[in-house]
Amino acid sequence: MSQIILNVNGAVQPLELEPDMPLLYALRNHLNLNGAKYGCGFGQCGACTVIVDDQPVFACLTPCAGLDGKKIRTVESLGSAEKPGPLQAAFIEKQAAQCGYCIAGMLMRAQALLERNRHPDETTIREHMAGNLCRCGTHLRIIEAIKQVAGQNGSLT
Amino acid sequence: MNSHFLKSKTLWICVALVAVLGLIGAVLLMWRPPIAPIERPTTFDAAQLQRGARVVEAGDCAVCHTRPGGEYLAGGLPLVTPFGTLFSTNITPDAQTGIGLWSMPAFERAMRQGIARDGHFLYPAFPYVHYRRMSEADIADAYAYLMSGPAVHAPAKQNRMNFPMNIRPLVSFWNLLYLHGEPPTPVAQRSEAWNRGRYLVDGPGHCAGCHSPLNLIGAEKSSEYLQGGSVDGWQAPALVGLGQRDNPWSREQLVGYLRADIVDGHGTPAGPMRPVSLSLARLPASEAEAIAEFLLSLESPHTVTQTPSKTPASEPADHATGALLFNGACAGCHGPAAPMRVIDGRPGLQSTSALQAASPRNFLKTVLEGLPATPGSPGPMMPAFAASLDNAQLGALAAYLRQQARPDQPWAELSSTIEALRQETK
Repeated sequence: MSQIILNVNGAVQPLELEPDMPLLYALRNHLNLNGAKYGCGFGQCGACTVIVDDQPVFACLTPCAGLDGKKIRTVESLGSAEKPGPLQAAFIEKQAAQCGYCIAGMLMRAQALLERNRHPDETTIREHMAGNLCRCGTHLRIIEAIKQVAGQNGSLT
Repeated sequence: MNSHFLKSKTLWICVALVAVLGLIGAVLLMWRPPIAPIERPTTFDAAQLQRGARVVEAGDCAVCHTRPGGEYLAGGLPLVTPFGTLFSTNITPDAQTGIGLWSMPAFERAMRQGIARDGHFLYPAFPYVHYRRMSEADIADAYAYLMSGPAVHAPAKQNRMNFPMNIRPLVSFWNLLYLHGEPPTPVAQRSEAWNRGRYLVDGPGHCAGCHSPLNLIGAEKSSEYLQGGSVDGWQAPALVGLGQRDNPWSREQLVGYLRADIVDGHGTPAGPMRPVSLSLARLPASEAEAIAEFLLSLESPHTVTQTPSKTPASEPADHATGALLFNGACAGCHGPAAPMRVIDGRPGLQSTSALQAASPRNFLKTVLEGLPATPGSPGPMMPAFAASLDNAQLGALAAYLRQQARPDQPWAELSSTIEALRQETK
């Protein structure tokens, strides 16, 4: 065990952790941020995707050691059930979720793209999202939702 | 006074003569005639198209002439060279932007001499120094296949070559030095497979383009044939002495690797070799077997298998951190007890070529960039860790795994290599 300081969604969190613990477990088990999901544990499905600084990463493969000073953002930072953010609202409008397990990861990967490139075309969206899988097969609706936000202007939060 | 005048007159005549001769020489050297345009052929022999598809695959045409997300063979892939950035061109049979107007003689001249139909010099990044060693039949088959494909309108992107290499006729001087070689005559004492392998390696496969070191003006050093080069930040390992190395290649392992399999004891092709191996996997297995037979017959001129790193003590390695990182980030697939090892053949890392290599480049590149998924194939796929691990973590991880693989030879200059690779991938 050692003390590790994580900056999650703008709050500084000192935690007692094994330093090799993947970020995902720290988020879920120690900080009660249960948006990011455990899917495969191998970085092959993307259900655990969160944003570190400005990059989408697989939280299941990112050790907590070394996240000092980095800004971690989870789906909880995008909005709430009462007040969803623009991307979340588009996902709801397009009914992009079926079982919903992959959606937190989908949102965070899409958010990272839109922050870097406010108006990506569909090819760019598809290439960027290729690392995240949906077993229900709602990819087309997910892409529709992202396209909708990509076609708008204005803030992403 | 008079004699002085005469002398200077003679001098001037000499100078003029030399200038005229020089001009004629320069024109002969740097000017090539255009070849008349043709109507694109419309009928093709089905068997020839089938053979042509295989030649185009063996020649890795699409590896450079298709950009990610772009139309097949329509060009546009940037090739970063020490002399500037080139963009591959459209080799679909579009009349305006592709090779639709090219006759077979025009195509063959390009393949063997590096001259486009209109007479301009092609840059040697197009491996005509190798393609000139191809048989006439193969070139004709490739031509038929290319001309039969869908025409895509895709104008060439403007190259960004530095002066003076932006002046194409200067390539003629390069050609004067390096444009030689012809289709190989079979060696009677060797097997048919060996001869086929040599043809594929030196001709269409143009392996030496990456696996031989290049000299200052970008030509392969023929004295160091297949002794290892570099491409896009990756180390293209030596292909000589493959059977005599510390972690030697068996014929079976090499054939599997060449066909993009995961090979126990070496791993699977990554980086620029991945698309090449996927091309080979689409050809009959006999082709990879022939290449393996030829390559394994090449002996290393050096008796020492690997040059030990020089300053192992310069960077104290933090193996405890490395072990922690391995457990957190890698062990899910590569740990000794990982189910993926059993179910899907993920390699134990110690024996992989990347960790056994004298340079850490290929290991670091693989971790930073991962292994992209192959469309239509269930795996392997490795995520990129560029955003998950910082430079210090990457260094600790590399040092720890190298310690497991080669305790006697730690990698030197790890942190500077990581810095350099990060800059390159930005």
